[in-house]
Amino acid sequence: MEASHPKTLFDKIWDQHVVERREGYPDLLYIDRHFIHEVTSPQAFDGLRKRGIRVKAPHRTTATADHNVPTRDQHLPIKEKLSRLQVEALEKNCKEFGIDLYGLGHERQGIVHVIGPELGLTRPGMTIVCGDSHTSTHGAFGTIAFGIGTSQVEQVLATQCLLQYKPKTMRIEVNGRLGKGVVAKDVVLYIISQLSAAGGTGYFVEYAGSAIQSLSMEGRMTVCNMSIEMGARGGMIAPDETTFQYIKGRPLAPQGKNWDAALACWKSLPSDAGATYDKVLRFDADDIEPMITYGTNPGMGVGVSRKVPEDAPNMGPADMEKAFSYMGLKPGEPLLGKKVDYVFIGSCTNSRIEDLRMVADFVKGKKKAPDVNVWIVPGSKLVEAQAKAEGLDKIFEAAGFELRQPGCSACLAMNEDKVPPGKYCVSTSNRNFEGRQGPGSRTFLASPLTAAAAAVTGRIEDVRQLMN
Amino acid sequence: MAFTKLISTCVPLPIDNVDTDQIIPARFLKATSREGFGENLFRDWRYLPGDVPNPDFVLNQERYSGLVLVAGKNFGCGSSREHAAWALADHGFKVIVSSGFADIFYNNALNNGLLPVVVAAGVLGRLFVQIEKEPETEVVVDLPRQTMTVPALDLSVHFDINPYKKDCLINGLDDLDYIRSRAEAVSAYEAQLPAWR
Repeated sequence: MEASHPKTLFDKIWDQHVVERREGYPDLLYIDRHFIHEVTSPQAFDGLRKRGIRVKAPHRTTATADHNVPTRDQHLPIKEKLSRLQVEALEKNCKEFGIDLYGLGHERQGIVHVIGPELGLTRPGMTIVCGDSHTSTHGAFGTIAFGIGTSQVEQVLATQCLLQYKPKTMRIEVNGRLGKGVVAKDVVLYIISQLSAAGGTGYFVEYAGSAIQSLSMEGRMTVCNMSIEMGARGGMIAPDETTFQYIKGRPLAPQGKNWDAALACWKSLPSDAGATYDKVLRFDADDIEPMITYGTNPGMGVGVSRKVPEDAPNMGPADMEKAFSYMGLKPGEPLLGKKVDYVFIGSCTNSRIEDLRMVADFVKGKKKAPDVNVWIVPGSKLVEAQAKAEGLDKIFEAAGFELRQPGCSACLAMNEDKVPPGKYCVSTSNRNFEGRQGPGSRTFLASPLTAAAAAVTGRIEDVRQLMN
Repeated sequence: MAFTKLISTCVPLPIDNVDTDQIIPARFLKATSREGFGENLFRDWRYLPGDVPNPDFVLNQERYSGLVLVAGKNFGCGSSREHAAWALADHGFKVIVSSGFADIFYNNALNNGLLPVVVAAGVLGRLFVQIEKEPETEVVVDLPRQTMTVPALDLSVHFDINPYKKDCLINGLDDLDYIRSRAEAVSAYEAQLPAWR
């Protein structure tokens, strides 16, 4: 059967989760794991109460508070009233419906897409959803993971299922070795710059090739995280030894006999030789340099040594002009040397221990530029504790960087961590939309290394020139 | 919230890649109910600093009104926030016409009785020109027939929608009603799951 009908990683997992396929209807898909947070869940719980429905499988849903929590003084009550009420509503809902909550004050609290893998809840072969578009992060483990709206959050709570049309599949290969100073974030920013912010719409992506396989789990999460920024429903990477080693021994990972059974299944997941995709793209790692965005969607990115381009894939002249006007940039202008005011290192894209180590390694013995504010926001309490255990906090402190407490923070500026109007921020987050980091804020998306270079020089720099 | 046929003038937003952070900025997502988001629809385009209405933004221009928003391609990209669909519906929109929608937004719209109509780029371009020239131009959106007609342009185009979702919109049903009716199939599926999953 396998030989005559080779299947992709995506098709194998999808088919294993189809509860029912009926003519004229979308597939009824079983959801193994559901993550919720304070912003996109309250209306779903209200819906359950209105219909008088209980949560079908509370052990399959896990909650955390991340989107609008403060990143300082987390031991105190949240000052901002609406944020406090929303976090309290999550606590109340989790209690009423019997859902595990890793809330403020919990030693494992953090950004939902950081704590799921840390806990061992994210595992190969699963379907995972969350009311958050960056749920695609979990695809790094070889899962079908995608963001959903609040109505669907309610459906999953009530039934553990979703109605879904099967998307098309796209394979994106990156082959070769990444050059000095080029990291996972540059790979994904490069891919998006080639495809545009809509180039993946209607597709589920599998990333493959030697450059992808060589990435750590943290790097793979960074790549899969931004799949949504090219419009893809999600992105995934075949599970391998790197994946299994990451999961083994995590608190909620399978153990003993269950581990052996799970592992045997996971090893059968990678795409079969000869499996076909609706679209295949191949890139060469040699073509990728440290990347930076210059516009107002993540597709508007270039190599950091390039000039601001006149056009971009899938963008009309009026839209380019609108973006340049918002960013205060002109086509043909060099990006190198551009003065920056803020540096934000954090978000579900780049707030894991490897990201913090990368930054610390680069800034050790250096100081931040005088006029730059540098915020480092770890993705979870665990990352924060690990950073301190390794002494990274001392390196950041000596450099004048501010190490804050975990949360989504200035990625979407729902809490008080906002970049002021007109100011430039080099950010390791995932979106450079108008006002994303605060009304009027101007965002340059980049890797943690490029962000660290901006922090110490106060300008956009080519980090390769500053590395030993 | 059943939807069948609608005749209305249009509000043009000829901008591509309108993300959900523009439709409803994150700082307005702190409510725990579904109501009232229309007030902050397109907040940072609609108002200048100091909460002064921006005269250049289409929602502040008297010459344009209607239940149909006509927008550039890749509308609703970015965040999965259903608040974007709630804000558009709360403001009064019933139909969004574009040459392409982001996937999550498309589904969120359908789950809230808001009909996304995908048309060819050429049709969208003609519609923008026509609305700007004659803001009183009406479009007829007929869901049962899956057509959008613009009498002033002597134009009628077919649009795709999956049959299940079409039926839900016409009859005011939602996915939860349907999924709950399939409870037996779900239980049978769950019964064969291995312990480690």
